[in-house]
Amino acid sequence: MATTIDDKRGDVSRRDFIYIATGAFAALGAAAAIWPLIDQLNPDASALSQASIEVDLAPVQTGQAITVLWRGKPIFIRNRTAEEIEKAKSTPLSELKDPDAQVLGAPSGLPATDENRTKPGKENWLIMVGICTHLGCIPKGQSPGDEKGPYGGWFCPCHGSMYDTSGRIRQGPAPRNMEIPPYAFTGDTKIKIG
Amino acid sequence: MSHASNYEPKTAFTRWLDTRLPIIRFTAGFMAFPTPRNINYLWAFGAILFYFLVVQLYSGIILAMHYAPNSAIAFESIEKLMRDSSYGWLMRYTHMVGASLFFFAVYIHLFRGLYYGSYKAPREVLWMIGVAILVAMIATAFMGYSLVWGQMSFWAVTVITNLFSSLDSIYPGLGTAIVQWVWGGFSVDNPTLNRLFSMHYMVPFVLVGIVALHIWALHVPGSNNPTGIEVRDTEKETLPFHPYFTTKDMFAVAVMALLFAYLVFWVPNYLGDPVNYVPANPLQTPPHIVPEWYFLPFYAILRAIPSKLGGVIAMFAAIFVLFFIPWLDTSRVRSTRYRPIYRWFFWALLFDCLALGYLGSQPPEGNALISARLFTLYYFAHFFLVMPIVGLIETPSPMPETIADDFKHKTHDKSGQVHPMPAE
Repeated sequence: MATTIDDKRGDVSRRDFIYIATGAFAALGAAAAIWPLIDQLNPDASALSQASIEVDLAPVQTGQAITVLWRGKPIFIRNRTAEEIEKAKSTPLSELKDPDAQVLGAPSGLPATDENRTKPGKENWLIMVGICTHLGCIPKGQSPGDEKGPYGGWFCPCHGSMYDTSGRIRQGPAPRNMEIPPYAFTGDTKIKIG
Repeated sequence: MSHASNYEPKTAFTRWLDTRLPIIRFTAGFMAFPTPRNINYLWAFGAILFYFLVVQLYSGIILAMHYAPNSAIAFESIEKLMRDSSYGWLMRYTHMVGASLFFFAVYIHLFRGLYYGSYKAPREVLWMIGVAILVAMIATAFMGYSLVWGQMSFWAVTVITNLFSSLDSIYPGLGTAIVQWVWGGFSVDNPTLNRLFSMHYMVPFVLVGIVALHIWALHVPGSNNPTGIEVRDTEKETLPFHPYFTTKDMFAVAVMALLFAYLVFWVPNYLGDPVNYVPANPLQTPPHIVPEWYFLPFYAILRAIPSKLGGVIAMFAAIFVLFFIPWLDTSRVRSTRYRPIYRWFFWALLFDCLALGYLGSQPPEGNALISARLFTLYYFAHFFLVMPIVGLIETPSPMPETIADDFKHKTHDKSGQVHPMPAE
């Protein structure tokens, strides 16, 4: 049905060029058309505005703890006593179940020393994602009357995971230390998380 | 007309598949389907409609990921989508403009059927399935518009559902009971919105099924063509659907998509009513309650009849009369091309529908009301008087013997006479 005109200049004919050019243009057009369909599923502007929060730490006395909500997750903030800091620092790394510091945004393989899990000069402040790394329950230990477990940190009532005063897993089924979210001090007692 | 392909599975896998689910054979049949060579671009609207159905389904499902069908936050959820979500405005405008163009295309498709007699035997069932599609589209569009929960959405639902209370004049209390049942309460409120959302999501999938039947029913006799004369010689008078009409349809879809893009990106709210950007207020009725443009002719008919029940019956009758056209039209000749008398009435009907459309947007009083009544009268007269009578008394103009005679090159001797020439 179609007449063929052989118009080969070298190895690529005019017809080949048209086919390839049309195909490339169509592919670009299809990608441009599909992209909004995919992008609309991404968090929208109002969700993204929740990406960072600011917390004022001044009301939190030594020995006290608060929980704030960041990106839908509970964040444990504890103003640790000198004893709690000392216990955390003096634990040898070999005793830890998870040797990784679990700092979000930092390269993996960072050793789980207390220094790595706090900010320099602000070691009394422990700020971490309060979700048990086993199956996702929220461990006890924030309120004064809570069970803190044998390591003085947190205790997960679901399956018995026990965390120390630096939020590191010591005993129980949880595989990893509780994560440290990305945060920075914007003032002496103010932080911005995320 | 089916099984037109010479499909032979070439590999072991395709042979295995063919004996279990002959889907490749089925698709090959579609691609090879013999289509009359002389169909014009009005025949591309089937494909255009399919394109719009797919667009509406995609954009609708995506909108449902962001929309909240609760009367307290529905309006806000749409505004949030428009402002906060990535390309949310694009999804919303696509769906909104897509609905309008869907109806634009369906009306052209319908009038093509009227002009060329595509509803006549043996395509009566095909035509009726098409009218069923139109009814489903009307229901879907009405429900979709209500989901915005703007002033017009709310009051359109109130007005149209209140129509059922006209049944009170047949049996006291019946209409009121039905209306409360439809509302799920004593007025249009959250329960109504929830069920409208569920139905609006569901009906399009029923529509897909009816469209499948529509295409199946088409593939039994094959497509009609502008001469109205059936194909006699498949070799000379038809071409395989692919590549000739796949490409022609793609081009037509591309032109439509251009119009679509212009509306969506430059004037997305042109076809809409600004009153619907006001959140629904049950305590305040907008000064003019008007439906979207594609419902205006039916709205004009509804308001033209002085009695409430009469208006409701007339409005539904205006749609359902379409089902009976294959039997109302008595002409032995299919295509209006060869019907010199009926042709005038066809254009009169088109003008009538456009006039009713305009009058539907005007307050029903004074000259506008009188005109609406006259045009409503002609609308029904066309189907119940013109179609039966003209077909019987009309003498058709000379018709070609076959399709081949029609599209052959006219000779070069300028005699105006058509001489058959050998096929290429």
